[in-house]
Amino acid sequence: MNLAFDVIVIGGGHAGCEAAAAAARTGARTALVTQSANTIGVMSCNPAIGGLGKGHLVREIDALDGLMGRMADEAGIQFRMLNRSKGAAVRGPRTQADRKLYRLAMQAELRDYPNLTIVEAEALELLADQGQVTGLVTSVGRFVSGSIVITTGTFLRGMIHIGDERIAAGRFGDKPSNSLSDSLLKHGFDLGRLKTGTPARLDGRTINWSILDEQQADSEPEPFSYLSAGIKQRQVSCFITRTTLAGHRIIQDNLHRAAIHSGAITGRGPRYCPSIEDKIARFADRDSHQVFLEPEGLDDPTIYPNGISSSLPTDVQAAFIRTMPGLENVEIFRTGYAIEYDFLDPRGLKTSLETKHVAGLFLAGQINGSTGYEEAGAQGLVAGLNAARRACGKDAVTFGRDNSYIGVMIDDLVTRGVSEPYRMFTSRAEYRLSLRADNADQRLTPLGIQAGCVGFVRQSQFERKIERINSAVTRLQNIMMTPKEAGELGFSVNQDGVRRSAYELLAYPDIDFLRMADARPELKDIDRKTAEQIEIEAKYAVYLERQAADISAARRDEALAIPSDFDFLTVAGLSNEIKARLSAIQPETLGQASRVEGVTPAAVTLLAVMLRRHQKSLRMAKA
Amino acid sequence: MTDTIFALATGSLGCGVAVVRVSGPKASLIADRYCGGHVTPRQALYRSVSDPRDGTIIDQGLVLYFPGPNSFTGENCLEFQLHGSRAVVARLFQALSAEDGCRMAEPGEFIRRAFENGKLPLTSVEGIGDLIDARTESQRRQALSQAGGHLADRANDWRETLLDAFSLLEAEIDFADEGEAPSDVLPQVRLILADLLTDLQSALADADRGERIRSGFRVALAGPPNAGKSSLMNALVRRDVAIVSEYAGTTRDVIEVEFDLGGFSVLVSDTAGLRETDDPIEMIGIERTEREIKKADLVLWLNDVRSAGSDRDLGQSDSLRVATKMDLAEALPDWADVGLSVVSGEGINQLLALLEDRASRALSGEPPLVTNLRQRACVTSAARHLQSAMSHDGHGIELIADDLRRVSAELEALMGRIGTEDILGAIFSRFCMGK
Ligand SMILES: Cc1cc2nc3c(=O)[nH]c(=O)nc-3n(C[C@H](O)[C@H](O)[C@H](O)COP(=O)(O)OP(=O)(O)OC[C@H]3O[C@@H](n4cnc5c(N)ncnc54)[C@H](O)[C@@H]3O)c2cc1C
Ligand SMILES: Nc1nc2c(ncn2[C@@H]2O[C@H](COP(=O)(O)OP(=O)(O)OP(=O)(O)O)[C@@H](O)[C@H]2O)c(=O)[nH]1
Ligand SMILES: [Mg+2]
Repeated sequence: MNLAFDVIVIGGGHAGCEAAAAAARTGARTALVTQSANTIGVMSCNPAIGGLGKGHLVREIDALDGLMGRMADEAGIQFRMLNRSKGAAVRGPRTQADRKLYRLAMQAELRDYPNLTIVEAEALELLADQGQVTGLVTSVGRFVSGSIVITTGTFLRGMIHIGDERIAAGRFGDKPSNSLSDSLLKHGFDLGRLKTGTPARLDGRTINWSILDEQQADSEPEPFSYLSAGIKQRQVSCFITRTTLAGHRIIQDNLHRAAIHSGAITGRGPRYCPSIEDKIARFADRDSHQVFLEPEGLDDPTIYPNGISSSLPTDVQAAFIRTMPGLENVEIFRTGYAIEYDFLDPRGLKTSLETKHVAGLFLAGQINGSTGYEEAGAQGLVAGLNAARRACGKDAVTFGRDNSYIGVMIDDLVTRGVSEPYRMFTSRAEYRLSLRADNADQRLTPLGIQAGCVGFVRQSQFERKIERINSAVTRLQNIMMTPKEAGELGFSVNQDGVRRSAYELLAYPDIDFLRMADARPELKDIDRKTAEQIEIEAKYAVYLERQAADISAARRDEALAIPSDFDFLTVAGLSNEIKARLSAIQPETLGQASRVEGVTPAAVTLLAVMLRRHQKSLRMAKA
Repeated sequence: MTDTIFALATGSLGCGVAVVRVSGPKASLIADRYCGGHVTPRQALYRSVSDPRDGTIIDQGLVLYFPGPNSFTGENCLEFQLHGSRAVVARLFQALSAEDGCRMAEPGEFIRRAFENGKLPLTSVEGIGDLIDARTESQRRQALSQAGGHLADRANDWRETLLDAFSLLEAEIDFADEGEAPSDVLPQVRLILADLLTDLQSALADADRGERIRSGFRVALAGPPNAGKSSLMNALVRRDVAIVSEYAGTTRDVIEVEFDLGGFSVLVSDTAGLRETDDPIEMIGIERTEREIKKADLVLWLNDVRSAGSDRDLGQSDSLRVATKMDLAEALPDWADVGLSVVSGEGINQLLALLEDRASRALSGEPPLVTNLRQRACVTSAARHLQSAMSHDGHGIELIADDLRRVSAELEALMGRIGTEDILGAIFSRFCMGK
């Protein structure tokens, strides 16, 4: 075996797969070190990909030629576009994924991935010399590399809690990674604790489906990937049941036995994914909560009851579950549990996801305090890409709040840190109307081509798409109509004598492309996808312009770079508290500094003055 | 390291009590070293204050120590309440100046630090600035209420209301798939927004008054040349500010003087007499007169009592027709509302009473919320974005949210900030989210 690699990625979860593939695509000789090749691509928790914000991330991963979108298209068994009735910016693609098919698709994809070697081993110790990564000690030997990406998810000193039972594990059935944790501590990293949970798994053959509400897949499923032609798998339904007062009582009577409430767990859990005992304690006035029953696979009877993750003892969970309609006689395959694990404060990262403390060391995924496959995958891609670029001496590629959810997430993580596992929501994106799932490729594929992580197939497909859009826009812009002509075609516009193009008319709320093409049949050959895209842009035009203005204003701040050796302590007039916060984070730009918690607008102004002065004196020193 | 600053917080010396304030990192050390042992935070202690260098006792008095960040400036703060003696304060200052990293504060520096440390909203800083500049009772009342957070408190309420609307909208957008999110929140959101808009609009309706209290009630003296405008000006302000002569066209420029009338600030302006003229300089003066008339809250339209009066359309300005030089006539002519003479003094007090009445009607009442142009601009654009938000239907729920983001940015600009975390926080505390 070759013992030196350009890039080594530790962990075969969602972050690790994207990181390894991105590094390899970018041209680095890459090793993916993971405990078992069979668990590559395993979904630790719910069998679904996408959602609001998350679906946006998947599209962005895909736009950068990542894997998750294509794998989900391979394995998806219930595609639904969330918020279909709302505006395009807040629609989120989502699918239930067949757990086994997803894992197998990912393993098949990586097995033959050019430049990538899969190494089955446990990473034990990180080697570094003078603040620079040099290699890795694993259970099968030593490897040499100057760029290492750690994506060990929930495995670092993972501890499962079920009632008062504690099991050291990375997730159910997998050993935890303790020596890597120790190694990180030795390198001077601070480790914090977070927790998350998962519900019990049920035997679908023992559920009384006939009395439950059904939720079907979309009749015209829309794939994640811009490369996928369509959906492969048979589409199935989810079902909905509810918790009952009888069940709530069981939980209330046993609250003290939940690991979370007995004080056994110190890590913070996510507010948006509370355990059932949390929900019942915090929202005592609610007499029922919805529970989605989601199939885990086409040829698998396992059902994932979404909404009832729990750390209560097994007997309590079972009794509670059987109080729900349809589940009276259900058999339980596996009990739910909470897991506590180490994470590293993401404020110790640069926006490239390289640690500030040890050069060449990159972190991605749950280890950075995030949660979710999509969040992990997106970080993995960025870390892998930058690890590869570093290996060949190129500058890091970074993403901004104004071009992607990836940029929003990374900025949130590295400037604000986390107090609970971080999950993406569309409301986190201030430029939400510009950052849509439908235009992820237009926002990011050119950037990916430049960065070197987009392959030839995608590049040429993307270029053809852009050509189609541009030519259609030109055609629409060239069709000019007087208000009278527009009126004759049935469009109600102001009779103000102003000639308008067909493109401008699309901005009217009651004029869509179909009506336009009915009126002007020569437009009928524009394909549906292209038309849809143009229509969205036209409808949002006014708002998009306004956001573009905000973006360029923000860029001015963003552009004011803060030298990495800038000493915030020397800025007179800043309070000690603000100085301390800024020094701890060492933001890379003024924009980032302004988002650091506790930094006041007045402090930002002061800092701007100092930075401009600093730049000027550097220029003068050069001259 | 930030300097530690000190200053006399009370007015002139030679009075009962002098308060000396110290703020900065060294305040805690100074507290312990100058006051004979440890000073318990947040307690008024009666102590001997001495210079630690030579042990001289400077005075005895109350000392109060507030550790940062829970203090006025957000830094460590120490207050000495000593006898209001020049010598005592001078001796204390001498000692403090000798400390390393310790110096006299620049004007406004305490407040600036408080603002920079996020202790005061910008509107309160403005209020404090206004308070220091206040010349009349109404200005003082208004500035004090602004400094005390009148507008900031309301803006906080507005932000909370906005947050309510936001959390409903964002919950419907971001948790559409989680079953437990509210659906069809729009009617509820609209009700919230309509109330908010009413609030913003009534604050704006009152904004004129706020600006007027700050800048003064504007009275323009206008009329044909030689009507006696400059003479009246001098009589009103009881000073010789404008040239008076028998030559028509004496006054060429606008002269503006502020005076206190019953606790209200009144700005009178003397103007160039209005007539047809070829003189280029006089023409410029007349143009300025026209502008002054437009700006004025009240125009006094002056004519010699012996003339036939002159009518002129004064547009929207409120006006009074005044007959001057009443000493030269028997009775008030029909065209006049009031008559007066600067020679005999008749009518002057009546005019003053009238002006005071007008000013008090325009300026009194509860101090208004919005008191300057900057504040008005923020609230105006907030209201505009709010109106835009209310123009969308359910298909544009993300556009409503985008407009509301702008409303909130304006309120932020008015005083502080609001982040996404606030919205998510509000969502999580109100709804049970998450499958
Ligand atoms: C119990 C549980 C509940 C969850 N609930 C939710 C939820 O409700 N919602 C949600 O969005 N997300 C949930 N998640 C999180 C989701 O599973 C993760 O966010 C996501 O899988 C993180 O991806 P990752 O790549 O960072 O890590 P993981 O997917 O955990 O992958 C880690 C990989 O690293 C490998 N590895 C670990 N240590 C070593 C080592 N020393 N050497 C070599 N390889 C190593 C492992 O074998 C594994 O392949 C849950 C996870 C768990 C375990
Ligand atoms: N008898 C008498 N004469 C007055 C009175 N007021 C003003 N005058 C005289 O009228 C003349 C013009 O007075 P001004 O005050 O200069 O008049 P004005 O309106 O300012 O004139 P312009 O500046 O030229 O437009 C002067 O000679 C004054 O002394 C008054 O009440 N009684
Ligand atoms: Mg005059």
